Amino acid sequence: MPVDTIAGTPVDVNEEGFLTDPSQWNDDIAVELARREGIDPMTERHWEVVRFMRAEYEAKGTGPTVRVLGKTSGVSVKELYLLFPKGPAKLAAKIAGIPKPRGCI
Amino acid sequence: MHQIVILGGGTGGTLTANRLRRVYGWDEARITVVDQDDAHVYQPGLLFVPFGLTHPEDIVRPRGRQLRPGIEYRTTGVDHVATERHEVVLGDGATLPYDVLVVATGSVLAPEETEGLTGPGWMERVFTFYTPEGAAGLEAALAGFDHGRLVVNVVEMPIKCPVAPLEFCFLADWFLRQRGVRDAVELTYVTPLDGAFTKPVAAARLGGMLAERGIELVTEFNTGEVDGAAGRLVSYDEREIAFDLAVVIPAHNGAPCIGRSPGLGDALGFVPTDQHTLQSTVAPEVFAVGDAASLPISKAGSVTHFEGEVLVENVQRYLAGKPLDASYDGHANCFIETGFHKAMLIDFNYEVEPLPGHFPAEVGLPLMKESHLNHLGKLMFQWVYWHSLLPGRDIPGIHSAMPTAGKKQPVDA
Repeated sequence: MPVDTIAGTPVDVNEEGFLTDPSQWNDDIAVELARREGIDPMTERHWEVVRFMRAEYEAKGTGPTVRVLGKTSGVSVKELYLLFPKGPAKLAAKIAGIPKPRGCI
Repeated sequence: MHQIVILGGGTGGTLTANRLRRVYGWDEARITVVDQDDAHVYQPGLLFVPFGLTHPEDIVRPRGRQLRPGIEYRTTGVDHVATERHEVVLGDGATLPYDVLVVATGSVLAPEETEGLTGPGWMERVFTFYTPEGAAGLEAALAGFDHGRLVVNVVEMPIKCPVAPLEFCFLADWFLRQRGVRDAVELTYVTPLDGAFTKPVAAARLGGMLAERGIELVTEFNTGEVDGAAGRLVSYDEREIAFDLAVVIPAHNGAPCIGRSPGLGDALGFVPTDQHTLQSTVAPEVFAVGDAASLPISKAGSVTHFEGEVLVENVQRYLAGKPLDASYDGHANCFIETGFHKAMLIDFNYEVEPLPGHFPAEVGLPLMKESHLNHLGKLMFQWVYWHSLLPGRDIPGIHSAMPTAGKKQPVDA
């Protein structure tokens, strides 16, 4: 399994760059992962979504899909796309250091 | 006497009720099935309606008639489930107490959740084939469609039968060729996924089959708006796709009565369920089967069928105070109609993606390969559904656990 050094910390990642061990994550890693995806700076709104993703992951074992995020996070789907262009659920999960949401089967 | 209440008289509710009725004597369990209407739709048949290959009246039968004698059937709405009191509150305020509740309420379409989808053009140039009315309306629209842009769009996962929209594309290609107008039609498949399907080997195979047929594939398109008046889909990231005729598969939710039941459903109204035992994680006496369950596997009739065996075993074990059997492996099995009287078969579970080979063993139907035999299998399945699957009879050679005998395992690099 590949190891990536993010913000000075070596972390395990999969081939798509998602952290495979969410416990290795910290705020600095989130900022660096966001910067790599073109999100700079991380605003309070970005943090709200990222923290929500982590809480959902911890409670349910999987990150929410974009529609569930829109219904439960307090951030509308439209705004989610402004904050995390292209794929909010996927991108926010990556920055939050959790696996890619598996909602789509 | 055990009180077993089953919400929903579709695939999951019917086969569960019939199997339970066979294992419990009439004096051992009272089994009640509740549904809001008496129309049981053979849902795989909906795909064929737009092409005139079947008709809505040929795929609908009364729900009550699919149930064995000794099963009480009630046609009534459900207001909500009071899980802490172990009772179902019906639409008229009456209550049904239960020792075990099986939630088999399926999924419902939510076209109203997509901006503009039910606005101008809905049922005129924007259709879904996921309802009998929509499929019939689409049949009329397709009959007169001889040039322009036909767009097939999946709004959001999960949906029932994730291969059905692809099958629609393949059949549309065949249908338009038969009529000699294929060259005048641009056919486009628009999906929120990053490929034609979720599982890598099947996604590559199905993507190749779209390309062979000249069907354009647009991926990672998250539909934010359907503008029927102007004829365009608009994504949340502001991409646009023009259409003359759109076939849209709307977002799905769990049944509204689940949403009205405190603590029973998740954000979309599906019941959080253990993926191996089918016991809900909400309350030990509540089980869920089929589309109603929130599981990481396709919402499909085959899944429901394979879950049924494990579910029925576990209802008995729960009522007997025994540990549950955690043996459901996520087995799914789908015939993919590919046009020109051929179909492809895929077979997979939670862990193993669809692989080539044969089903259910080395001598059997070809997997991941188009064949006439699979097409016949798909057509024959309607008979199997009414006469074997719903009554809860075992189908010879077909079991809940996914078979591996005839499959070609990938070689690890």
